[in-house]
Formats: sequence, structure tokens, C-alpha cells
Amino acid sequence: MQLRNSPGASDVCSHTDHSDNPNKLSIKSKLSMATCALLQAGAPTAQAESGEWDVDTAFLYYSEDARISVFEPVIRAEKEIDEGEFVKFKLVYDALTGSTPYGAAPSPSAQTITNPSGNSTYSVAPGELPLNNSFKDTRVAFSGDWTIPLDRLKQITLGANISTEYDFNSIGVSANYAQDSHDKNRTYTVGLGVSAETWDPVGGKNTELAYMIDPEGSTPQPKGGSDTKSNFDVMFGLIQVINRSTIMQFNLGHSTSSGYLTDPYRYISIIGTDGLPLSGADLVNAGGPDAFPYIYEKRPDSRARNTFFWRTAHHLTEDVINVSYRYFTDDWGINSHTLDFRYRYELGGSHYLQPRLRYYTQSEADFYINSLTATQASNVEFASADYRLRELVTTTIGLKYGVGIGKNSEFTVRAELMNQTYTITDPNLEANNLELAPDLDAVIIQLGYHFFW
Amino acid sequence: MIRILLITSVITSVQGLSACTTVQPWEKDLLARPSMALVPDENENFLDEHIYFSKEASSGGQGVGGGGCGCN
Repeated sequence: MQLRNSPGASDVCSHTDHSDNPNKLSIKSKLSMATCALLQAGAPTAQAESGEWDVDTAFLYYSEDARISVFEPVIRAEKEIDEGEFVKFKLVYDALTGSTPYGAAPSPSAQTITNPSGNSTYSVAPGELPLNNSFKDTRVAFSGDWTIPLDRLKQITLGANISTEYDFNSIGVSANYAQDSHDKNRTYTVGLGVSAETWDPVGGKNTELAYMIDPEGSTPQPKGGSDTKSNFDVMFGLIQVINRSTIMQFNLGHSTSSGYLTDPYRYISIIGTDGLPLSGADLVNAGGPDAFPYIYEKRPDSRARNTFFWRTAHHLTEDVINVSYRYFTDDWGINSHTLDFRYRYELGGSHYLQPRLRYYTQSEADFYINSLTATQASNVEFASADYRLRELVTTTIGLKYGVGIGKNSEFTVRAELMNQTYTITDPNLEANNLELAPDLDAVIIQLGYHFFW
Repeated sequence: MIRILLITSVITSVQGLSACTTVQPWEKDLLARPSMALVPDENENFLDEHIYFSKEASSGGQGVGGGGCGCN
């Protein structure tokens, strides 16, 4: 959740004088009030008047090259219901279709893989990276926030959220406390959040590290039912006005997750000494009758994450630079750096262009593995071939255009290109001209319309 | 090397805070502009967090709460 106010924003006009006699307002206070009146008269974008809903809508189209496509509309509505007291609601719908890699390595031979439901199989041509093409899901998420002013300098925001999809449900609550300094140039924040999530995988939860079974055989696939996990977040923040044109934010966050953190659908290829998937008697000996050369992944049942986040907005003569950096580290061995840079270039007449560059790099998880031998598979404690746990780099470049329409609304459109590259190598696969980790390319298009109602 | 850079940037930033100018309410005209909000477009920020949560192993940093997703 985001802070409602920052010291440099709407608090600019909330300065009050504590003199008992209104006729004895200080010069400072009178200047402040006069300036606020001027600012509001000439504000570049309208703000919600009392009783009005501030409505922000967006439609996202995300499409990977020959893989997943996502359609995601969002509507957010916010209203001041009393002085300094706000309610905010957000409704999100997600529709995903397409194909995605579930962890199997490519092979010079054709592969047969059991579908997530466990009832059927699909074939992968020789040399191709296996992709599960039955990936399809819809998700609905709803959240609400209630901001309550405690006094002139303090406020608390209580939030709740719920989301549901075919095989996954989440419910959470949060509380954020914010306190301004007396000159309102600094804000201290503390946030707490807890959530509970439930996996109810299609066809039941696959037993971790168990071999994938051919559904057309007579051996049953080891399965469980649903499973749960919980998350706890705490965050300490500081927002500081640096000078008349610069504001800065720092956050330190700590999160823990516990429970079933495995991805119930992902698996790992089992290879022989030649580095290629097992077959024949070797596979029967390793996995038993009806086994395919894959085992389902297993992750640790706890994860602790720490983040440091810094963001600055700086106003040039007309344009605005917004830059942020995040350092992330966890006890799964993942360390990452994220740099995000936006430059808002004012075209005049309420039009603007905003180029954007995002650069992300992460190290690989301790238990990430391209593939396992049968011996490793029978001894390993944790293992995953999920491409998102690899050492990787994501680069996004984009451009956004925004235009004010009339006094009270704004239209925006952004187009971005995302590229993800992986630094892993697999000499055995490369010797067979097989590519384990081709780049992932995606297009991101977002339309936005913001108005008051 | 990256840790050294990180620590240096934190120390520099914290030192920078002590050098902050006291900005009076009537001097906050630029800071009050919507374009100067730390998060100028909440929906864009939310959608980005959702995209990168599902494609990378890191998440969070900007706040607590928000909806869960089975995508990662």
C-alpha cells in the first residue's frame, strides 16, 4: 500500500496556526494561507473536491513472445469522507493464457510430460524447450483502505485485501502508521501486514520430490490435497523534503513466509551420465514403473526477506526525475538490485512524455538446479528448476504519454519492452545444440484514465 | 563491490538528510504538484509490482499489504 500523504504534497496547505485569536494569525500563517490559495488556483491537475470520488482506471496488456498473455483491468476509487479521513477501494481482474516453462530441460529426443491435472499428457518435439501450454487462469482481487487522522500530524491506515483464483486464495490485513514532523518536512512510517494463502492445485498437490507418473500406466501419482502458507511483513520508512524541489524516501522492510512455499506444478528433469533425460531400464530402476524422467520440485518451508528501498523525486525547471533503487536479500541465497528511472518531459499544454528504464539483476537461489541425476534426486533436500530462481537480468525500456482532458481528467498510455536473460550454462545440452534458457521478451501496454466523479 | 557502493550510498544519503533545507509551507509549490508525488501513478506502480513479482524472485520494498497471487 502507498502512503496517502507525503510531506511535500498535500500537507502544503494544511499548515495551521495555533493562536487562540483568529485575528492574530502570524505573518507566516497568513503567507502560507495566501500561497495555498494561489497554488490551488493554479494547480496543474485538479484535485478531488469534498464528496467527490477520485477514480483511477487502467487496462494492462502483457504479452510474452510465444508464451503468456495477460489482460488486467484495474479500478481504484478514493474519497475523503471527513476532514483528513479517506476510504479507498481497488478491484482487479486478471486473465492469463498461454504457455510457460515448468522446469523440464530440452532433449534431443521427443518428451512426454503429464499435464498439471495428472489426467493426460502432452508431447514435446526433439530439441524444443518444454512448455506447458495448458496454462490458463483468472484472478479477482479486492482491497480496501481506511485512513484515519489521529491529530494534525498523525494518521493510521487500516487495509484489507482478498484475492481468489482457480487454485489459489489469499486474504490479508495491514496497518500503517504515519507521523509528520512539526514543520511537515519529514514523515516517519511503520507498517505491519499479515496474510494467509491457500493452494488447492488442480488434481491435488503433487508429492514433493516424487517422480512424475504416466497417467496411462497402472501406477498412481503420489498426491496430497490443499496446503497453506502465511506471510508477515514489517516496514519502517522515512520521507524527507530535501529542498524546495527534491523529496526523498527510505524504507527498510522485513518479511517472513512459512508453510507450503513450493510451486505445486513445477518439476525437474532427471538425467543420465550423458546429461540427457533418463529412459528405458535406467528410468524404471530410478523412478519405478510408469515413471517419466522428472521429479516435482521442493522448496524450504520458510523464507525471510529483507529490503532496502530508496526513491527520490526531483523537479527541474519544468520536468521531473523520479528514480528508485531497491536492494533485496533473502535466506534462499537470492540477492537482487533494482534500479528504476523515469524522466517526465513536459511538452506544454498539459501533455507530457515519460521515458523509463528499469534494470534488475538477481543471484540464483541456493537450491536452483538445471537438472538432477537419479542419485542426486534420491538424496536432495530441496531443489527447483524454476527459471525465476536463476541468476538473471531483466531490462525494461518504455515510454509513457499523458494528457490532461478538461479540468478534471487525464489519459495516459505507456508502451514498454521487457527482456529477461539468464546466465546459466549446461555443457551437455549445449553439446547437443540445445538451449536451456532462451531470452524472454515481453511487451507491456497500459491505458489509463483518471477522473473525478 | 556492490555492498561497498550500497553502504556508501546509504551513508551519503543519511549525511545528506542532515543538510536538508527547511522548506516553508509557501515554498512547497513544486513539491505539491501531482507530478512530484513519490508514486505519481498508483495503478502503474501496482501493475508493475504484479508483473515483476511473477517474473523475478524479489518483491516488496515499497510498502506492506496488497493482494497475494499464485503466480510465484
